[in-house]
Amino acid sequence: MKRWQGLGVLISAGLFGLVVSCQSNEPVEPTTPTEPQPPQYQTTPYPWQKPANFPDPVYDFSKNPLTQEGVRLGRALFFDGMLSHDGTITCGFCHIPEAAFAHTDHTLSHGIRDQIGPRNGLNIQNVAWSRTFFWDGGIRDLDLLPIAPIQNPVEMGDTLTKVLDKVRNSAKYPPLFYAAFGTRDITQERFLKALSQFMLTMVSANSRYDKYVRKEAGGTLNEQELRGLNLFKQNCSTCHTGELFTDQSFRNNGLLPNPNAPQPDLGRYSITLNESDRNKFRVPSLRNIERTLPYMHDGRFSSLEAVLNHYASGVKDNAALDPVLKQNGQVGIALTKQDQQDIIAFLRTLTDQQFVTDRQFKPER
Amino acid sequence: MLALLLGVSVWACNDPDPEFGTNEFGRLQLVFDNVVGTEDLRLQTGIYNNAAGEQFSVSALNYFVSNIRLKRADGSEYVVPQDSSYFLIREAEPASQTVTLTNVPAGDYVGVSYLIGVDSLRSTRNISELKGVLEPSSDMNSGMSWDWNSGYIFFKMEGSSPQAPINQTTGERRFQYHIGLIRNLRTATVSFGPDVAQVSATSTPRLTIRADILRVFDGTQRVSIAQNNNVMVSPFSATIADNYVTMFRYSQQVKTN
Repeated sequence: MKRWQGLGVLISAGLFGLVVSCQSNEPVEPTTPTEPQPPQYQTTPYPWQKPANFPDPVYDFSKNPLTQEGVRLGRALFFDGMLSHDGTITCGFCHIPEAAFAHTDHTLSHGIRDQIGPRNGLNIQNVAWSRTFFWDGGIRDLDLLPIAPIQNPVEMGDTLTKVLDKVRNSAKYPPLFYAAFGTRDITQERFLKALSQFMLTMVSANSRYDKYVRKEAGGTLNEQELRGLNLFKQNCSTCHTGELFTDQSFRNNGLLPNPNAPQPDLGRYSITLNESDRNKFRVPSLRNIERTLPYMHDGRFSSLEAVLNHYASGVKDNAALDPVLKQNGQVGIALTKQDQQDIIAFLRTLTDQQFVTDRQFKPER
Repeated sequence: MLALLLGVSVWACNDPDPEFGTNEFGRLQLVFDNVVGTEDLRLQTGIYNNAAGEQFSVSALNYFVSNIRLKRADGSEYVVPQDSSYFLIREAEPASQTVTLTNVPAGDYVGVSYLIGVDSLRSTRNISELKGVLEPSSDMNSGMSWDWNSGYIFFKMEGSSPQAPINQTTGERRFQYHIGLIRNLRTATVSFGPDVAQVSATSTPRLTIRADILRVFDGTQRVSIAQNNNVMVSPFSATIADNYVTMFRYSQQVKTN
């Protein structure tokens, strides 16, 4: 203030007022008054609820409050081939609602012009609790996730800017954006947040197992399933932890690199470049596992029997092998054939019939 | 006098600074002049030689400059507020090569430091806070983000060289350096040498910093296009980062009002 010290109180007060007033000026959203608009913009909050047996979500809903209109927009985009270069691949193409949003029967992901990707696509469920995404955890924020499949040349094969142009120039979407966000101005942020809103509604927490732990009607497990649950807790829950059935870590589970892969898939290492992350992959959730075959990052196992057999007798010792799978010098998990069958019986109780049949997850008619 | 004060106060309030009211503010400009040794860089047409004796031309050169700090003679620093401290320098876009810092406290500055890239904290912000050059995969971002690994490309240099291995599909001999990943963040420090940048409400120093891309090939360790024509996320990316951080040299100052 040294230059201003000589000035009178009056001027100081005036300047202060000026500063205060200019700070309170909110930026005005540009509007296009010539466009005919619905009489008013009014959204209805989407009643997103945390299941009673789940931890707190990771996603910051305050930055993207869910509305019925936003979810509806995201749902329309999710099932629209416009998001791919030649119009043939929608998000729902690889993420099928009836398969708990996995690509059942496809060992590796399938993209435009019948191209095949290097990995077995993960299913979409309970994304509000995910700290990272993809087998290598390369995506750290749900809001950024759709850019990857849209731009991957062997998936949707387009660019985000071109997809946004297509959406802007469509007759369908500007009114849906207006309904969701109060503006027909289609930005990248709104496009991505709408997709996030729809994906965030994909909460799977009503399996028979859930009803069992919440002591709800229909929550009965038979004798074999209960044996399986106990075996699971003793042998599997170090990695497939808690109600999400994953600790979201990256580990090597004794799978050697696929010799048929055109390029070695180094997993988490390709993101972190930490030597200790070589050949490590995400510990996936096991919810709806019965529906999300095939299994593992490269889809090498087509049945749960093959998966359990791997842990019992197929784990290959290697430099990256997780210590949990090599205790007291023994590689793998000691499980009898009966144990394996019991665990599989338990895993089938994680199928959420309501989730895989819910009409709100299918294309709107 | 009063009009001037009002002007300053209105100007300053565009971007409130905690120091507001205690000082006078002005502007400072940094001009990034991309050169090859003693020559000005010419995209596509210029043909140059690197320290490994390889001939090359450059088709694209982009890099982020962020988290700018201006140093005073007494060792103290003015840290440019983060929200206004992300710039993407693109050789193909001359306007992008002038970085204008506003609301700089009046004073004498003797140097500057900045990150080549985007800090991890900003990289993990909500998309509502990633705008302009930071909006991933947008036109403004000019291909300076990855989609398979949420994050920015800090430095991108592409071109061709007769020594580069031939691409069997395209028949081209290209080199591509796309350097990102938090571990490759580097801080460049540039002293204005004998010059002092005097910032006041009426004086806007304009300081030119030369970025010599030959240093990308030999800043700390010699890089051969023949041996490393594609560097993106391999551990060797750290070598390219170690090299390019050395490419900045203070050149000259012009005072404007």
